[in-house]
Amino acid sequence: MGHVFYLLLRRLRTPIITIIVVYSVSVLGFVLIPGVDDQGNPWRMDFFHAFYFVSFMGSTIGFGEIPYPFTAGQRAWTIIMIYATVIGWLYSIGKIFSLFQDHSFIRLMKRNTFARRVKVIQEPFYLICGYGYTGKRLVNRLDEQGIQTVVLDASQSAIDELDAHEVGLAVPGLCADAADPDTLNIAGIRRENCIGVIALTNDDHTNLGVSIDSKLVNPERRVISRSESAGTTANLASFGTDCIIDPFESFAEHLVKSIKEPYKHIISDLIFNPHHKVLASPHQDTSGRWVVCGYGRFGRSIDRLFKENDIPVTFIEVDPSQRGAPVGTILGVGTEEETLRKADIESATGIVAGTPDDADNLSIIITARNIKPDIITVARQNLSANKPMFRAAHVNLIMEPVRIIADEIFIRISTPLLMDFLELLKKEEDLWARELLLRISAVVEDHPLEAWAYTVNQKDCPAIHDSLANDKVVKLGNLCRDPRKREDELRAFPLLLKRGEESMLLPDPNMELRENDEILVCGQHAAQLFMNWVTYDYNVLRYIRTGVEAPGGMLWQWMSSVRKKRRRWLAANNGDPE
Amino acid sequence: MNTEKVVFAFFILLALTFNFGFVLGDIDNPAHHNVYELYAALVVSLIATVMKFGDRTHVGAVLLATSLVADLQLIMAAVVWGYAVNFSETGLDAAMMASIVSLSAGALLSNITSVVLLILETMMVRH
Repeated sequence: MGHVFYLLLRRLRTPIITIIVVYSVSVLGFVLIPGVDDQGNPWRMDFFHAFYFVSFMGSTIGFGEIPYPFTAGQRAWTIIMIYATVIGWLYSIGKIFSLFQDHSFIRLMKRNTFARRVKVIQEPFYLICGYGYTGKRLVNRLDEQGIQTVVLDASQSAIDELDAHEVGLAVPGLCADAADPDTLNIAGIRRENCIGVIALTNDDHTNLGVSIDSKLVNPERRVISRSESAGTTANLASFGTDCIIDPFESFAEHLVKSIKEPYKHIISDLIFNPHHKVLASPHQDTSGRWVVCGYGRFGRSIDRLFKENDIPVTFIEVDPSQRGAPVGTILGVGTEEETLRKADIESATGIVAGTPDDADNLSIIITARNIKPDIITVARQNLSANKPMFRAAHVNLIMEPVRIIADEIFIRISTPLLMDFLELLKKEEDLWARELLLRISAVVEDHPLEAWAYTVNQKDCPAIHDSLANDKVVKLGNLCRDPRKREDELRAFPLLLKRGEESMLLPDPNMELRENDEILVCGQHAAQLFMNWVTYDYNVLRYIRTGVEAPGGMLWQWMSSVRKKRRRWLAANNGDPE
Repeated sequence: MNTEKVVFAFFILLALTFNFGFVLGDIDNPAHHNVYELYAALVVSLIATVMKFGDRTHVGAVLLATSLVADLQLIMAAVVWGYAVNFSETGLDAAMMASIVSLSAGALLSNITSVVLLILETMMVRH
């Protein structure tokens, strides 16, 4: 703030001095010029009256000639000074207004406001550089979870959108180059409570700069960066960037997963995007040859991964020699029937429309389906705004790179345990995944799937912590009981239990919990609220453990213990409980 | 030679000299204290204050503070004078004059501090 204030003062120096000079000359003139009073005696204005007169003359209010009518000399001076003061005021006010419209001044003001808003953030926050589609989605999802974010983006329109967007928490945003250390500084990169930095800009170089800066300030802090080339990925990895996400690579991975292991893919898709209500039925036969349109960075990733998994593939590319497409690549976009027939679409299992142009992709899908109605269609959706068109085209699998990245980062931030789960899931058979999927479907029904995690400790699960401290046995299955009626099960079940280095998938409900266990649970959202109750409230947990609704207050606890003692005493003396 | 520095020093010194000239004389004798001199001291002091605006150095901040003090003292002196002439039943008597002069003497002290600071700052500059 100080900065703006001093700038304001410095710019206003000349206008204020102008006003002071005009006023002082004017007042002095009125004091010196002789006048006459109502009796015709010579009279001179004193400073008090002169200042009074000039004050209302300067602002052109005009109360008339006071205290006595003016002489010709005084009037002449008034004429001159009216113009002088009016011009002086116009000049000064004009200066002030132009200052407030000055671009550099406005930018400075915005920067200051941003810095102040970041400074007052007390809770932990994430710094997100780049507010494109990915950034927007990530900020929204973090916001839903009540996680504070701070946004930097190079384009003002993106920041305007952020300001106009209705989000729960106030997210400070600034239009500035994220690679600039000073900007990162005011965005809170040096703050203790900045718990993570996420670089999502379109420019690999900026992402690198942000990641390096953050790692230099605090090597422990989590840095997640987007990278679009192998070189940048290697560079980011070299100084310990915690997570590097290549949109093309992850897109290709998802595609391969959905072809080879459809059930696993559906599970991870459900976890990544809980609002994905449609449980896309796994494709029956995905074993044949695939036709892929577009051999850019994305095509290269597909090429490599398909080869690793022995999936035959034919590419269609406009410029095969330039992009180094493999031998046998068909020349063309893929939107024409002729090109698709050349790629022998009739005998292919599926087609992937993976060009960077959404209209082309839709056209490819429709043309391919005209030739072969039962072909499996996969389309890359580049812009979020085109979602309705892709929905309308009934594409079997819509791949939205920006969404994939945002969801993956969100999962890493909100529930890191889920990433452990997904890693373990990779090792299981697809048949196992099918069983799990059926179980999930039975539990969540039509509701969105939610996954959440607990750590058994004082802060996260006080009730369990206290029970364990009192040598009580708490079973994993206790968590999934309805606190209103313990015979009922909550619509949720544990997915993973992590104890030290050991991780157990679908742990046994009879397992006894220990301190510092990490538990991953999935189920309906409503179940989460009840489960939180169980983990928080000692009495609720006791009811679930023992089935006894014990008195909670100190007085009732004391009374019941007295009654118990008395009963025991009676029993000991009479051999009769009553 | 820097014109800005000349103008700056000029106004600070002028504020002091006017102020000194006004305070000089018997404290309660209206004949020794000229109203125009007080007026000049006030106007010059105001201009000197504005000239110090926007200086972000530490010395600049202290200079601004001393100037603001001088302004405040002189404005109070001027207000007392205006009150004595226009509202008071006794007019500009010895008691009134004494309080006007003592107020402006306070401003004088502040102006002296300004000049001392200015000289110190000048001495610090080696080139």
